[in-house]
Amino acid sequence: MRGRLTGRIEGLLLGLALVALVVIAVVTVGGRFWWLPPLASQHGKEIDTLFTVTLIVTGIVFVLVQSLLAFLIFKFAGSEKRRAIHFTENRTLELVWTIVPAVILTMLIFFGGRLWSRIQLSEPPEDAFEVEVWGEQFRWTFRYPGKDGKFGRTDLKLVSVENPLGIDKNDPASKDDIFFFAGEENLHIPVNKPVVVYLRSKDVIHSFYVPHFRVKQDAVPGMVTRTWFIPTKKGEFEFACAELCGLGHYMMRGVIVVEEEEKVNQWLSEQLTVGDVLP
Amino acid sequence: MEHVRAETVHHHEPKSFWTKYIFSQDHKIIGIQYLITAFAMGFIGMVLSWLMRLQLGWSGKQFPWLGKLLPQAVEGGVLKPEFYIALVTIHGTIMVFFLLTAGLIGGFANFLVPLQIGARDMAFPFLNMLSYWVFLLSCVVLIASFLVPGGPAGAGWTMYPPLSSVEETLPGSGIGTTIWLISMALFIVSTTMGSLNYITTILNLRTKGMTMGRLPLTVWAFLVTSILGLFSFPPLFAAAVMLLLDRHLGTSFFTPYMIVADKPIPHEGGLPLLWQHLFWFLGHPEVYIVILPAMGIVSEVISTHARKPIFGYRIMVLSICAIGFLSFIVWGHHMFVSGMNPWLGTAFMATTLIIAVPSAIKTFNWLATLWGANIRFTTAMLFAIGFVSTFVTGGLTGLFLGNPPIDIQLHDTYFVVAHFHMVMGTSALFALYAAVYHWFPKMFGRMMNEKLGKLHFWLTFIGAYAVFFPMHYLGFMGVPRRYYAFDQYQFFPQGAVSDINIFISVATFIVGFAQLLFVINFVWSAFKGQRADRNPWKANTLEWQAPSPPPHGNWGEELPVVYRWPYDYSVPGAPEDYIPQNVPSVPVKVGSDGDDKGEAKGNDESR
Amino acid sequence: MVRFVLFCVAFALAIKLYAQDSAAKRLRKVSTAQGTGTIKGVVRFEGTPLKPRLIRMTQDRNCEAIHKGKPVASEEFVLNKNGTLKWVLVYVKSEVKVDFEPPSKPAVLDQQGCVYRPRVIGIMVGQPLEIHNSDPLFHNVHFVSKRNGQFNFSQPRKGMKSVRVFKNPELPGTAYFKCDIHPWMRAWVGIFDHPFFAVTGDDGSFTISGLPEGTYEIEAWHEKLGTKSVKVSVKSRTTVTVNFVFKR
Repeated sequence: MRGRLTGRIEGLLLGLALVALVVIAVVTVGGRFWWLPPLASQHGKEIDTLFTVTLIVTGIVFVLVQSLLAFLIFKFAGSEKRRAIHFTENRTLELVWTIVPAVILTMLIFFGGRLWSRIQLSEPPEDAFEVEVWGEQFRWTFRYPGKDGKFGRTDLKLVSVENPLGIDKNDPASKDDIFFFAGEENLHIPVNKPVVVYLRSKDVIHSFYVPHFRVKQDAVPGMVTRTWFIPTKKGEFEFACAELCGLGHYMMRGVIVVEEEEKVNQWLSEQLTVGDVLP
Repeated sequence: MEHVRAETVHHHEPKSFWTKYIFSQDHKIIGIQYLITAFAMGFIGMVLSWLMRLQLGWSGKQFPWLGKLLPQAVEGGVLKPEFYIALVTIHGTIMVFFLLTAGLIGGFANFLVPLQIGARDMAFPFLNMLSYWVFLLSCVVLIASFLVPGGPAGAGWTMYPPLSSVEETLPGSGIGTTIWLISMALFIVSTTMGSLNYITTILNLRTKGMTMGRLPLTVWAFLVTSILGLFSFPPLFAAAVMLLLDRHLGTSFFTPYMIVADKPIPHEGGLPLLWQHLFWFLGHPEVYIVILPAMGIVSEVISTHARKPIFGYRIMVLSICAIGFLSFIVWGHHMFVSGMNPWLGTAFMATTLIIAVPSAIKTFNWLATLWGANIRFTTAMLFAIGFVSTFVTGGLTGLFLGNPPIDIQLHDTYFVVAHFHMVMGTSALFALYAAVYHWFPKMFGRMMNEKLGKLHFWLTFIGAYAVFFPMHYLGFMGVPRRYYAFDQYQFFPQGAVSDINIFISVATFIVGFAQLLFVINFVWSAFKGQRADRNPWKANTLEWQAPSPPPHGNWGEELPVVYRWPYDYSVPGAPEDYIPQNVPSVPVKVGSDGDDKGEAKGNDESR
Repeated sequence: MVRFVLFCVAFALAIKLYAQDSAAKRLRKVSTAQGTGTIKGVVRFEGTPLKPRLIRMTQDRNCEAIHKGKPVASEEFVLNKNGTLKWVLVYVKSEVKVDFEPPSKPAVLDQQGCVYRPRVIGIMVGQPLEIHNSDPLFHNVHFVSKRNGQFNFSQPRKGMKSVRVFKNPELPGTAYFKCDIHPWMRAWVGIFDHPFFAVTGDDGSFTISGLPEGTYEIEAWHEKLGTKSVKVSVKSRTTVTVNFVFKR
């Protein structure tokens, strides 16, 4: 082993590096240099709160542990002239650092579980606005249930050039459905109203990711998945595909237009229905 | 616990060059073969990441020189999106399986286990040799997938169907994916053979006095890891077979009826989620298969170079077992938004956040080991300390991802990429480096160059943080992962994302070249390094009581006998600050009259 | 050891053989015999025209910008001013008993304004097809067919050019190009082992020349209206007029 001085210097340098890491982390993260997109949904507020709480908890642990590590390697840099202490157990310490993390984690589980239930395990209200979002390589399209509020039956075996979603014309519920060709329209939904999005896919797994709404849900072929939220701001919001779906995955951009419910209904009334388009 | 005294049959000593160094059944040679092959694969994986970072840092630019090298993948100097996701796929596959798993376990379980338990070799030396050659074959097969039409598999190392089961969805989902599946099947065969060997050897071939409670933490880690591997790899093997059947025999395990490019794909009733469950049933234990040996290695290195017994040995063992057990019931945290039943999300959230407890305990134990220590800043120790730092960073971000409401926002963003690179790409890799620097003298009988090693450490430590820490920022901004370019979106600030990506890319190249220092050091020292003593680190575990390098059969005529646990460092009253495991009671010199005043008692926690 | 090496060699060979095209490479007889018969005519439409779909390129702002925000009429049904149809592929359907060397001059398929140009293209087996991207944006070239396999590659930037060759004849209707990013894009391909095909343009006319003497079945294909065929006798150094009428 070399002299205490050389060891001290190395310990100091590494300790300083760790301190620098802590400072950079605290400043850039605490200072929100690069942050979440501005919020535009109701449940998103609670997600952001849980996020911030977790950030504070992990931030404190991060600072404490990295600093402690820095301190230890500086203080106990070695030399030939002394010996380490023989310290292999301390029941109190061990109990503390087992129970404290367990308690913190249990609280995170509790709050997270409660929020998760509210988001995913609760039923949307009866009068929610419903829309289907379909993903395919590499564009999105949408279907509205029309005035009857019911989506007509679909079957991919019925897909044709004029009928890209395979809507069953014989199902009476499909007559007033409104659909679009992929890539040719934006998604219009009402502000301040619960919106239920049913997700479908014609080919591979895609994922409906609306960053401003804190919404993400995979669209799986052969299944219908569902997510719901309440948009709280009017405007145009981008959504992206968040599940690798092929070479155009990064191009699968869509736009959600959030406006007053009357405007949405007005826009819907101007669109062609299945009855108009698929005789 | 009763253990069986080993009466190993003395094999014929290998005589020719081929049986000594190529088709060797000696665990030490096989371990080194695994290590070198793993690092070679890791180098390839690193080069793939350079290509990825080239695209992400400078996505507007053309690279004519690259276009000449790879005319199809980089047509007209433009790296194509289908090539980019093939890079992502193979990079991930290589790093997780072929570098980290093969290097840490194939390399170090092989090299260390028989030595550390006082055995002459593994329980099944021929099977051991076979496992290496099957592993090498799986490497060759995977690399061959770059040469086929359509290129290598491109659906991510996670290979979700139907993207991976239907050829028309992606160029790489042609023969490239079939080859990937074959390579993985071979890899799983190899690891299964290995697991059988490690478990059998550890349970049955411990030398006299080596009770389970006197096993070094590395051996405990390898034992639990091998059990994990034995139970978790077969579902992936089954899933790979099912995927091959979907692809080539028209079955519909995972593939529903679909329309691709307006063309119907004739399957019926398949469940893409089934693949995800099967994959992650392995995929999650897999990352613990990587991190547990890393933790065991770090415990060993810290203890030795801090001249202190590991704090809380029994709890460390229990934590390893707890992590092992819990790792089987957390896999659904990769699937919170997959469309699976949300109740499962609640269940998996609980188990996932709980698994943080034993990991936290281990971290505090390492810190406590450093308290009052007498630290020797060898390169190995620096990497071990680097492990603790990066493991804490990476582990803490897991708390975000394990909480489903937060995961909604962070899933499939760069936050995930940051998380797993910190725990695997830096932590586990640091442990692998620590292991090499620490055991190189034993492997080759020579010392590695300390100056070069420290330079390697500093560049890699700072570089690793420089590359992966900013990815957290990209994740906060919501930047999705596996994206070829980011110019399509405005929900994140374009300028900031470009700047951060350039920064990360530049850092990547610097860190990448720093790894050359390691390669140079390794190769040069293996032939020209300063000759090493039997025990240059003054360590306690049994491998240091054998010559450097140990001969065939490891121990000469007599197997060692073990009298104490491995952590008798700095025992008060002992003449030296370490007492190897095979040393019986040590007289204590106290007082000027020179009389023996009894034995120096370590903290041997097993009687 | 030897067995292992042999196994590696066998494995490498197997990969190479599988990777080679399974379609046999037919030896082509170089043929200089070119006939002198010609068939020309027009393709007319009678009845209620189909209303072409108006395409809104809403989800790709770059495409929208090229068209200044205005919707673009689909070219799936184009009725020329003189009552003739555009984008009809007319070809000799019956077997031509001569082997033809495919021309080295490539056919060109371009992507302009997020639309394929031309929409319908005829090409010979073995003739190179150059696929251009003239748009300052990402297109992917996804080809599906019944007898010529499928391929899918990206052209992320303007000016990119790729070449593909087809190995099997395929009558139009089952082979087409589509772009996954711009799902309205469509280009239909007819692949022939002879050079006797033509696509109608803005005046609905077609000319097929160089035919050897004989009786041929000539077919006209339209992507929405189907096919119409006619038997024609061609003599050397003469021109035969054939007109097609699609009714709806």
